[in-house]
Amino acid sequence: MTDLVPLSRTQMASRAAQDIEEGWYVNLGIGIPTLIADHIPNGREVVLHSENGILGMGPAPAAADADPWLINAGKQQVTLLHGGSFFHHADSFAMIRGGHLDLCVLGAFEVARNGDLANWATSAADSAPAVGGAMDLAVGARRIWVVTEHTTKDGAPKLVERCAYPLTALGAVSRIYTNLAVVDVTADGFEVIERAPGVTREALQARTGAPLRFRETAHD
Amino acid sequence: MIDKIVPDLSAALSGVSDGATVMVGGFGAVGQPDALIEALIDQGARDLTVIANNAGTGHTGLARLMEAGRVRRIICSFPRSAGSVVFEALFKAGHIALEIVPQGTLAERIRAAGAGVGAFFTPTGYGTRLAEGKETREIDGKHYVMEYALHADLALVEAWQADRWGNLTYRRSGRNFNPIMASAATLTVAQTQHLAELGTLDPESVVTPGIFVDRVVHVPYGDPKG
Repeated sequence: MTDLVPLSRTQMASRAAQDIEEGWYVNLGIGIPTLIADHIPNGREVVLHSENGILGMGPAPAAADADPWLINAGKQQVTLLHGGSFFHHADSFAMIRGGHLDLCVLGAFEVARNGDLANWATSAADSAPAVGGAMDLAVGARRIWVVTEHTTKDGAPKLVERCAYPLTALGAVSRIYTNLAVVDVTADGFEVIERAPGVTREALQARTGAPLRFRETAHD
Repeated sequence: MIDKIVPDLSAALSGVSDGATVMVGGFGAVGQPDALIEALIDQGARDLTVIANNAGTGHTGLARLMEAGRVRRIICSFPRSAGSVVFEALFKAGHIALEIVPQGTLAERIRAAGAGVGAFFTPTGYGTRLAEGKETREIDGKHYVMEYALHADLALVEAWQADRWGNLTYRRSGRNFNPIMASAATLTVAQTQHLAELGTLDPESVVTPGIFVDRVVHVPYGDPKG
């Protein structure tokens, strides 16, 4: 257990980026998912969507090209690639809710073994919750992947039998990239397809709040 | 002659009454009609319901309107952001009511109001806290929540260019909620960076046709602040 080497945030983003396919329209949530944009393999043409009305979003600008009129959903300055376009919020969410995005990658507080996602409010007593576009994205995109640490800072599992936090959407998540593993959400619950270096099946199960099945090949 | 251009900000907001529901465009600081918000503070209407994506940051604009005790209730998707100190304090003290709406549902409720649609069924939020108490329906095996159109007495929008008919263009990500809000209010007021002579805007580039706009005020405000 001592050689367990969790992936860094950048490594998690990079790992998820490898599975994004040529031609996909993709929305990346705030946090680790945003980092994925920097790791999409060269030569793969992927169109990034931002809730505030952008398709074809590019990376952060060099200081000289900074444009205060062009921000992403996280309110950071971005650029527009050739072929990019602007549209209003109702059209933007028509793309989301209408199933036009191939993929949305989100962060999570919890994911349940049936794919339920909790990622917007930490408790029922939360003073001022802020949902943003999470609920629309979670029901609308064709695939929902989650990128998250495998456990909370206190070591509590984030992959669980049932979400305790308020739900974002029911049965939405199909794959989870954590700092310890890649896990598919199947009709039979969590199925591990990859483990990080040094992570044994036992160690992974000990850090997970629901039964795991293993379909991976490496690292035994 | 149709001329929706008004001489100044106070003319732009004349007649706004206490208790009004006010839509405010913008996503973050981009496309937010800051000069009109400041003018609304000066205008004095109280007991307002504000519909906006965010709940303001710092102590300017929307935050200042709230700090002045003029907002009874806010309907938004993401009230909490870096620097939303005024909202947080008012909310904690119970001095402002909050209706939290998923961002796409907020946009579609506004769009529906502008399009004369009374309500619609959306899959967003089904089975969550935000759908509690709402009518639901199963359509072709999928679950939906009924959401009502959201209309306003006043919409404040920011345009990049405008002409005297009220035709509007926007700049980059400054479009966001502005076009749909322009369509969903009894009185729509646009602050514009640039005035254009009638006939000089490319009809293919007009995003909000003038039919949705009642007043235009020229405010060469410059880049979004913050």
